[in-house]
Parts: sequence; C-alpha cells; structure tokens
Amino acid sequence: MPLLPVRWRWLVASGFLLCAPIVAGMAWLVLTALFDRVHGLVPAGPLAPENWAFVGSPSVGGRPPAVVALLNSVLFSFAVAAVAIVVASMAAYAISCLHFPGRSLYLAVVLVLHAFPAVSLLIAIFYILRVLGLFDTLVGVILVKTALELPLGIWLMKGFFDFLSWEMEMAALVDGMSRWGVFWKVALPMVRPGLLALGTFALLSAWGEFILPFTLIVSSRSWTLATYLQSFLTEAFTDFGMVAAVGLFYALPVLVLFGLGQRYLLNLYGGGVKG
Amino acid sequence: MRGIEVRLEGLSKHFGRVVALRSLDLEVRAGEMVAFLGPSGCGKTTTLLLVAGIYRPTTGAIYFGDRRVDGLHPRDRDVGMVFQSYALYPHLTLFENIAFPLRLKRRPEAEVRAKVSQTAELLGIGHVLDRRPGQVSGGQQQRAALARALVKEPQVLLLDEPLSNLDAQVRLQARAEIRRLQRDLGVTTILVTHDQAEALAMADRVAVFSTGEVQQYATPLELYQRPQNTFVAGFVGHPPMNVVRGRLEDGTFEADGWRCRVPRLSYRGEGYLGVRPEDLRVGGEVEARVLVAETLGREQLVTVRVGATELKLLAAQADGFAADSVVKLDIPPDRVHLFDAAGRRIG
Ligand SMILES: Nc1ncnc2c1ncn2[C@@H]1O[C@H](COP(=O)(O)OP(=O)(O)O)[C@@H](O)[C@H]1O
Ligand SMILES: [Mg+2]
Repeated sequence: MPLLPVRWRWLVASGFLLCAPIVAGMAWLVLTALFDRVHGLVPAGPLAPENWAFVGSPSVGGRPPAVVALLNSVLFSFAVAAVAIVVASMAAYAISCLHFPGRSLYLAVVLVLHAFPAVSLLIAIFYILRVLGLFDTLVGVILVKTALELPLGIWLMKGFFDFLSWEMEMAALVDGMSRWGVFWKVALPMVRPGLLALGTFALLSAWGEFILPFTLIVSSRSWTLATYLQSFLTEAFTDFGMVAAVGLFYALPVLVLFGLGQRYLLNLYGGGVKG
Repeated sequence: MRGIEVRLEGLSKHFGRVVALRSLDLEVRAGEMVAFLGPSGCGKTTTLLLVAGIYRPTTGAIYFGDRRVDGLHPRDRDVGMVFQSYALYPHLTLFENIAFPLRLKRRPEAEVRAKVSQTAELLGIGHVLDRRPGQVSGGQQQRAALARALVKEPQVLLLDEPLSNLDAQVRLQARAEIRRLQRDLGVTTILVTHDQAEALAMADRVAVFSTGEVQQYATPLELYQRPQNTFVAGFVGHPPMNVVRGRLEDGTFEADGWRCRVPRLSYRGEGYLGVRPEDLRVGGEVEARVLVAETLGREQLVTVRVGATELKLLAAQADGFAADSVVKLDIPPDRVHLFDAAGRRIG
C-alpha cells in the first residue's frame, strides 16, 4: 500500500484521537470485568472470577438466569432483523419497481414515520399492545421494534432496487418467469449487499435496544440483556466489577459475530454487482 | 421454427396523460422482418413491449395468427426478445444465460446442453460460453442476448435497438448476420431502430413512427421513392432530403426568392417541395451560391444557397465547388416530391 500524503495522515490521526474515549471505555470495561481493582487503566489487584458469578447463578433479586436473558436477546434481535428484511425488501421493491396509486405519498409518509422519536410513541404503543394482548410479550416488542426499523430499511432497500436493471427483470418475464419469480430469483439476489446491510443494522439496533423492552416487558422471563444489565445498576450498592462483567457478557456475542462474519461482510460489500 | 403472423388492431397505450402510442393498425406476415423506425420517444419500444406482453394495451388487440394474445402473460406468448441493454444476468455465465429460458421450462439437461451449444455455435460464441457477460466483448454480449432469445425457438422475435451499443465496424457485420439468421430460421421478427440505414438494409418492410403514430408502412424502396409525407421524406435517406416550403402554382414551385418547374398538378397554394441531394445536378437554370463543400470520400456534400433557402447536393468528388462561387442548379421535375400545406404527398 502506498503511504498516505501528509495531509491525510493528519486526518487519520485525528480520527484515531476521536475514537480514543470509546477505546478507553472498552479497555476499562474489559479490565474492570476481569480484575478486582483497577486504577485508571492499570489493573491493581488479582483476577476476579467472582465478577462472573452471575453467569451460573439461577436467579438473583427477581432477575432471570443470565442465559435466559441472552436467549431472549438473541431471539429478539434475529426476529427483528428477519422480519425487517422481509417486509422492507418487499415494500421497497413495490415502491421502486411497481406502479400503484399513492406511491409517492406512501414514500413521504414512511419518511415522516422515521422522524418520530420512538419515546414519544411509548404511551400509545403501550395501549395498543394492551388491546392486542401483546403487552409483556417478546412478540409484541419484536413487532414494535421492527416497525420502528422499517422506514429506514425501506429507504435503504429502495436505493438498492432503484439501481436494478428494469430490462433485466422484463427479460426474465419474457423468458418465462412469473412476476413473483422475478422478485425472488432475479431482483433479490442482485440486492444481497443491501439485504445484508439492512439485516446487520436491524440486528445491532435491536441488540442495543433498551427503552422498548424496559417499558413493554414486565415479567423477568422475557427480559433481554439490556434490561438485565440495567437491573444491576439500580441496586442500592452497585458492584462495578459485576456490572462490567455483565456489560462485557452483553457485548461479547456481537463481537464474536463480527469476528466470524467479517471476511464475508467485506467480500459482499466489495464485490457488488456490475452489468 | 416457423414464424407466425402478427396483427395489431387499434392498439394504443397511455401512461397517465402521456400518449405513447395512439391507435396503431399493422400486420407483420409470417416469417417477415419488419422494422419500427423513428426518432427516440415516438413509441417504438412501447409497441414492442405491448407485443411481448410486458405492457397491457390501453385499447386494441394483438393477434398471433388466429390467437388473441393481448391478455396473456409474456411466458404464454412464445416470443423471444433482445433488449437494448441486452439485459444479460451478470452473475451467470453465457451458457447459463442462454440456458435460462429452457431451465424455466424444465427441459431435460441433455436437451438444454444440446440446444444451447447449437444456438451458440450458430452465433459464433461457442468458445466463450463459460465466461460471464462482463468478460466478453459488446458484440459477444449482443450475440448471447440473441441466442437467449432464439434458444426457445420462439414464433416471434423482438429486437429493441440490438445494434445501437456496438461500434460501427461490428454493427455492419451484425446487421448482415441477424438478417441471414432471421431468413434461415423464418422467425417473424420486429426490429426497433432509430437508424434509418439499419432499417432500410435489414427489413422487408419498415414502419416509420413519429409521436405515437405510424406515418408510413412500406418496403424500403417505396419509402425512399414515394415518401407519404414530409416527415418520412426528411427521415428516410441519407443525407436527408431537402424539404422546402413555398407556393405551388400551375407547373411551378415558388419559394423565397427563387422558383423552379415541377410537374403539373391540380393542387394550388402553400406546400412543400422535396428533392434528394443525390437528385440535384449542376447545369440548370436555378442560380445558387456555394456555401461549403464537405468531403464524404467518394462524393462531396455541397451546401448552396438559393434565394433564402439552403439546399444540399451530392456531387462527384472531382467537381470543383469553390466557396462563394455561383453555380446553376438543375432540379429535375421528374425527381421532385410535392406535398400539400399539411405535409401530405400530392405528387
Ligand atoms: N413506463 C412508462 N411510463 C411513462 N411514460 C413512458 C413509459 N414508457 C414510455 N413512456 C413514454 O412514452 C413515449 C414513448 O416511449 P418509447 O416507446 O420508449 O419510445 P422509443 O422507444 O420510440 O424511443 C415517451 O414519451 C416516453 O416518455
Ligand atoms: Mg426505445
């Protein structure tokens, strides 16, 4: 790789500088979770396995076992990502490639929906879920979270579908495909990078979601890791070592996922589709 | 593979308030090759997509032989189509691209292999079948698209500007190739093009389109010799015909500052005189001033001014046309085309 010009090196350096607080925060999290005491960013005590006791314990102080919260989080995030991918890609395809009355109005409304802060809708959502009998269920939160992810997802996917070759789809029709076949077998494979991007964003956004599970779920068996972590913070005496360990436990699955999928992700984004 | 007759009756297509095609009646004989010729935006592609079944007509009917097809899904029409962009699937090899229609019909693997390689050989792309569209030349992509359209042995072949993305050299070759192939296979073919030379060279008959209407539907020779209106007169032939506005009197045509003799007609009044550059001669009685002479190779295209009118004439390269010199033009009365004030042919 050629060396960057000097001016660019400054840019890169300031980039690193801006990231520094986050990196320091992560380092603190890891160290605090592993050691008994930490001064600044220097461990000042023996290893502290007792910080991790929560992993094995059945349930403490009204909390579910950690594994249950973990499974709920996994279920929640993947369900949100899956539903968002399916619904957003179909809606975006319709907006981008099909002609129907009210198309531009629909697109405008979708954008306005995205402008609403989720918090401002909480009370209304609470009542709606109560009426539907979905309050205090994971399914209810999944639906709400997916709905909030959809506007951005639809716009993202529309951008990808807009670049599809209309003639290519028509060629498939003439060659003997059904309209559905064209969507599934010609259009979708060509927007795979978009699907993957949407899936990743929705997954991460759901994984980090706190407000929705916190307000819409009461029973501890449906807690996600975000609410599980929060429950440690509100105790009279906050054990920072344990909070850090729970935080790390919460962050770990995402890091592992990225580690495994990194090569695949880079390939997909770099490869693209050219005609 | 035998072609089938294609008949369009009162066919029209509106997109909202845009009228892309208004009431088209046209019939293509079985095995014939017909060109849709016209400037861009005049409804040629729309008509082709109506025949293919991509669009539903606003009014009118489409028949293949005795069968009415305008309500049918594209796959039930048995047409092959080459799109302007070729529309090959970029992630599939040429082989899989060509095999695509057969795979959709769930043909046995052996038949697919045989048909694909046979069609590919016919088009001279047998040696690049394992490559993807992005890895072959434009000419090979065009042939692959043609092979994909032909492999299912359609009764009707639709070509939308199939040569417009090729360089001049390859284009001439492809013209002759497509024509030969079409004759051999006997498939009824509609070719869309904006290039009048291509239409005249390839088609049995040409339909000249302008703003959603067919202006004239005739053989290439007839279009050239007897254009039905000033639009066709100006569009068909290269270099284009000189079309001059003026007054038609008894046996003379009078324009701004000059006049010439024309055949006697009963029509009098405003009208147009058309004369092809190749029909203009030097050595008559119309006085003209030479503006510029452009070399075309074997010939030169000379622009002259007569009165307030500019005319173009084709002359042998050897004739000298010095700028600003004065020449006497001969406008042979038996070679002129006369049109009435609305631009319709009258003689
Ligand atoms: N899908 C469409 N929606 C709206 N207008 C269209 C559509 N397709 C074509 N048109 C309009 O119809 C007219 C004819 O288009 P087209 O058939 O593509 O012309 P050509 O192929 O002769 O260049 C143009 O004015 C074009 O803008
Ligand atoms: Mg066109």
